[in-house]
Amino acid sequence: MSLLIKNARILDPSQGLNEPGSLLVLDGRVAAIGADVQAPADAELLDAQGMVLSPGFIDLHVHFREPGQTAKETIETGSRAAVAGGFTSVCAMANTRPVNDSVAITELALNRARAANLCRYFPLGTLTKGMAGEELADYGTLKGAGCIAFSDDGRPIMNAAIMRKALEYTAWLDVPVVAHEEDEHLADKGFMHEGAVSAALGCRGISAAAEEVMVARDLILAEHTGGHVHFQHLSTKGSLRLVREAKSRGVRVTCEVTPHHFSLTDEELRRFDSDFKMNPPLRPQADVDAVLLAIADGTVDAIATDHAPHAWDDKSCELPDAAFGILGLETALPLVLERLVKPGVITLERAIELLTSGPAKVVHLDRRGLGSLAVGNPADFVLFDPEARITVDRAFIQSKSFNTPFKGWELPGKVLGTWVEGKRVWG
Amino acid sequence: MTQERYTFPHRHLLGIEPLEPRDIQMILDQAQAFEEVCDRPEIKIVPALRKRLVVNLFFENSTRTRNSFEIAEKRLSAEIINFYPDSSSLSKGETLIDTAMNLQAMRPDLIVMRHSAAGAPVMLAQHITKASIVNAGDGAREHPTQALLDAYTLRKHFGRLEGLKVAIVGDIRNSRVVRSNLWLLTKMGAHVTLVGPPTLLPRELQATWPGIHCTNDFDAIIPEMDAIMMLRCQFERGTGAYIPGQGEYVRYYQLNAARMRRAKPEAVVLHPGPMNRGVEITSEVADGPNSVILDQVTNGVPVRMAVLYLLNNAAMEA
Repeated sequence: MSLLIKNARILDPSQGLNEPGSLLVLDGRVAAIGADVQAPADAELLDAQGMVLSPGFIDLHVHFREPGQTAKETIETGSRAAVAGGFTSVCAMANTRPVNDSVAITELALNRARAANLCRYFPLGTLTKGMAGEELADYGTLKGAGCIAFSDDGRPIMNAAIMRKALEYTAWLDVPVVAHEEDEHLADKGFMHEGAVSAALGCRGISAAAEEVMVARDLILAEHTGGHVHFQHLSTKGSLRLVREAKSRGVRVTCEVTPHHFSLTDEELRRFDSDFKMNPPLRPQADVDAVLLAIADGTVDAIATDHAPHAWDDKSCELPDAAFGILGLETALPLVLERLVKPGVITLERAIELLTSGPAKVVHLDRRGLGSLAVGNPADFVLFDPEARITVDRAFIQSKSFNTPFKGWELPGKVLGTWVEGKRVWG
Repeated sequence: MTQERYTFPHRHLLGIEPLEPRDIQMILDQAQAFEEVCDRPEIKIVPALRKRLVVNLFFENSTRTRNSFEIAEKRLSAEIINFYPDSSSLSKGETLIDTAMNLQAMRPDLIVMRHSAAGAPVMLAQHITKASIVNAGDGAREHPTQALLDAYTLRKHFGRLEGLKVAIVGDIRNSRVVRSNLWLLTKMGAHVTLVGPPTLLPRELQATWPGIHCTNDFDAIIPEMDAIMMLRCQFERGTGAYIPGQGEYVRYYQLNAARMRRAKPEAVVLHPGPMNRGVEITSEVADGPNSVILDQVTNGVPVRMAVLYLLNNAAMEA
């Protein structure tokens, strides 16, 4: 059972590899990697001339809707979208129905993921019981069942004392508290960014301050407790400035940004197309520039998609009533290449780091050998052509839903194959 | 009189934003012709929309605008269907697009639509291919026929719009009347001053309309104004949460006789209605010599006739 991928450009930021070479997989693990690889005579051969081979991508932020909302997505369809996008591991949010605050739901999801047999599925548990924001979830028990972090994503923790206790308790278990930062009083039922566009359109806005005051609060709490806070989908200049400053003082903080927040602005909302409605909302160019800067200067630890499938009927109503959220798994690599690598915001190497070893470290998947193709690690990898172009149409999207703002976009970056533990799961 | 023949180029009236000054001019001129019809002592009806089906689709309650449209439609001899779902489509388990497709299946010629959600008619227009849509107010976004009748009233009174100094006072944040008037008045060369307490006056409006003036100090600007448009204080829609209270609002922003004494003698007072007498405006002012509030109501009919007529013509030519 051996496989040799040869003549690829090997790109593994965890080992500083960026060179033409080969990867030898033996029994699902990396047996050798680099310029000089000797393969057994019976190894299956794959010539990857002109392609990039990197560790499989890791998405810190997906919604696979199972159990409870399987009309939008299932663990199987979501996993297919993941591997089609080059992702070999996903971290799934707990806001299913019912929410994942129990071992039973965790096990149900893990069983479904095992049956789908596509990508690795890492569940998050809720941060509070029932996601009600009042009582701490059973962190130790849920960690034992397989949860890798805790979050009430989609709902902010408005009670600072709960957040403080969660950070204190999870510090002992060495798992991050994953926070969707939005002061719901300041957000005030808004459904787009509060600024020039919302003012002109007469739409209720979500102020940047709604995100920033919560980031500031939780940085203070992380510093006081020694807990690890991971901020999801940061979208404003102020949030990123706060994180940059806290990191410089050694606070245990990590953060992610999404491809849509570095690719689109709130100008898009002028057409009232609900495929551009998500939370946090699209922001003005100044915030997009701040996100790009934070990616370039190392403030950002990971690019995460916030893959949030919604069925047509959830989206085809009036904008204030339309569901928040868009797809992300299939378009992540193309947008990273188009918006980050092509204009020179970052190198391809750094881009791959933000999709592999960067996110792995946030939730400690590096300790399981993920996000790195070092010898002995699981052979989770992706092969892609950074030049070949894709078109975002229904056939391209593997998700059960089609709520992407990038419909019709032509972008570079074609995933040719995805392997999990040496087994080809896509392409 | 323009020499060249200019046809109204718009299929829908979703807002003032997409209109050119000459489109606005054309609507106001057409309204003037219809005003003569409305002023006839005998039969106030023309056959312009005979055998055309107009659906009045009001998702949000409105007596005044609905009646005005209905009278305008009747004076144009249109066939009328009134449909008041009186709620968003979501509460019925139907999407807005379902509603649109169902309506279209009945082949109306014109749809007059009022909705509580900004952009709802914009969304609808993306799916309605065979009828013209008139926005009769969408959330806090636009209320184009209101701005047109305001402009008509001002033009009739002053003989022009260009150079007029117009203050709009009150809950700027939540007002669709403001946004349509901002588009219209700035396109036509009037000078707009927005007045209100800081929490109801988003300064970001200046990003879209850089020429306007925003102030919290009503008293300071009163003497310069040619027209003062008072907005309804919408306590029923949560305006109250943005201000300390009605008493304080009255103190700074009520248009009363004392403030009116400081205005130019020839200044006019407008209000889109319905008024809260004793809150944003006192009866003395509302019913006083400077008020053109009832003229606005009267002018609403020929202005809406003009809009329906021009859209119908544009559809027939297409």
